[in-house]
Amino acid sequence: MQLDREDENILAGEYGETRQKMMEILVALGKVFGAEELVPITSAQISGASYKTIGEWGLEWLRNLDARVAVLSVLNPVGMPRDNWRDIGISKEFADKQLAVMDAYRKLGVKMECTCTPYYLYTNLTMQDHLAWSESSAVSYVNSVIGAKTNREGGPSALAAAIIGKTPKYGLHLFKNRMPQVTVEVEDSDALHAGHFGAIGYLAGKEVGNRIPYFTNIRASRDQLKALGAAMAATGAVALYHVKGITPEARLPTFAPEPSEKIVIEASEIESLFKEKEIDAVAVGCPHCSAEELLKISELLAGRKVKKPLYIFSSKGVKDANAGIVSKIQKTGAKVIEDTCIVVSPAMDKFDTIMVDSGKAFAYVPNMCGAEARLGSLEECIEEAVR
Amino acid sequence: MARGISGGKGTGELLVSGEAISFLSGVDPETGIVIESGHPLEGKSIGGKVLAFPHGKGSTVGSYIIYALRRNGKAPSAIINIEAETIIAVGAIIADIPMVDKPEKPISEIPDGSVVTVNGDTGEIIVE
Repeated sequence: MQLDREDENILAGEYGETRQKMMEILVALGKVFGAEELVPITSAQISGASYKTIGEWGLEWLRNLDARVAVLSVLNPVGMPRDNWRDIGISKEFADKQLAVMDAYRKLGVKMECTCTPYYLYTNLTMQDHLAWSESSAVSYVNSVIGAKTNREGGPSALAAAIIGKTPKYGLHLFKNRMPQVTVEVEDSDALHAGHFGAIGYLAGKEVGNRIPYFTNIRASRDQLKALGAAMAATGAVALYHVKGITPEARLPTFAPEPSEKIVIEASEIESLFKEKEIDAVAVGCPHCSAEELLKISELLAGRKVKKPLYIFSSKGVKDANAGIVSKIQKTGAKVIEDTCIVVSPAMDKFDTIMVDSGKAFAYVPNMCGAEARLGSLEECIEEAVR
Repeated sequence: MARGISGGKGTGELLVSGEAISFLSGVDPETGIVIESGHPLEGKSIGGKVLAFPHGKGSTVGSYIIYALRRNGKAPSAIINIEAETIIAVGAIIADIPMVDKPEKPISEIPDGSVVTVNGDTGEIIVE
């Protein structure tokens, strides 16, 4: 891999041991994946932020690092909301460790946002941006809906890219590797409603695996695309998808023709995922709610009281920017929680059956929360919570 | 010869696994003993050995387990992979363990129990 003189100096240790190690990581990954050069990135999203995953040794490694990130960097969701962890039954012992992990990242210059939706905070992302993001749904959204370019990074590789400000140029950073590999057609797509997109992603991910799908006949809003991509990244390993006439790369004149292999998602398969079930809690915001989704929830809840536990997950940034709406929601008895999520927070472990509006959460709740999951649209979820 | 992935030189007795290794839940970070049930190296210590295996598997958190092994003095003295991937490459770098991959000659040609030196800068594998 070609390095410029400055990078060679970093590798030689002239800018300290931490930067040297980080450059060693990038060079090694460049070799492993056959990159020819490093490409500058404009932001990073770092996984390995929950104490539950990285543990004592990950924390010690982080604490021993001595450098500052070179680009705007945030974290993946962590195991608890930083301020209100007592509210969701987190032990002090865990909280202390989790706060220590966040503190270690803060010392490296990482912005204290713990979210799977960094794209709501960096609103000026374009197709020209190269990124080093980690969380599967964020990677899928930013690649597909924005057309920016990122591979799915691990914790240390994203941190290395954040500190150096570059990442090895391979995989999805190269336009030639972003062409669709399989066509996906959705039966009766005119009859779809917003709640169906997570279900379509849930089904498509299983069929598509790690290939790049090309949806040819759906119309979807950004929030619907978010739900679609998140679910596909959960049941498959989809880091990029295209939607005919909608996503930016699919609208380029140089875009590839429809792949000949075609998968059809049948209307009856989609419907069969929406099964009635007795539930004891409702959780929405997987991925984290947008401002529009929070507004919609507040409208659905207006003048009503929550009768079953209703957890709404969003990022601290989006919550703070919509404080009025959040306060209206919380007055109904619902909890709006930042920094963490349905999947990584122990808050949901105490329930037996959880209703979700997310294909991704539907895929993960059984294993990650040890509960049954019921899928519904956002409207149905809110209805259940106030019933 | 092989390809250098993580720099430095390490010497030790060669320990070969024909199967991939998951460090998270597959190796005890306190003792360096392989604990994955049914693994060909189950019950063996990798501490101080030149550890040869095809590639990593399992969780990416495995990188931190390799770091933990180093801090506990139970890390391999060098790693040889057939095909490096992210978990082991990152783990070797953050734990300062010399590592190479893509050895030109099959590791199985090196007699069992040989003392081997791996140079992660030049990619050399020297049998003493």
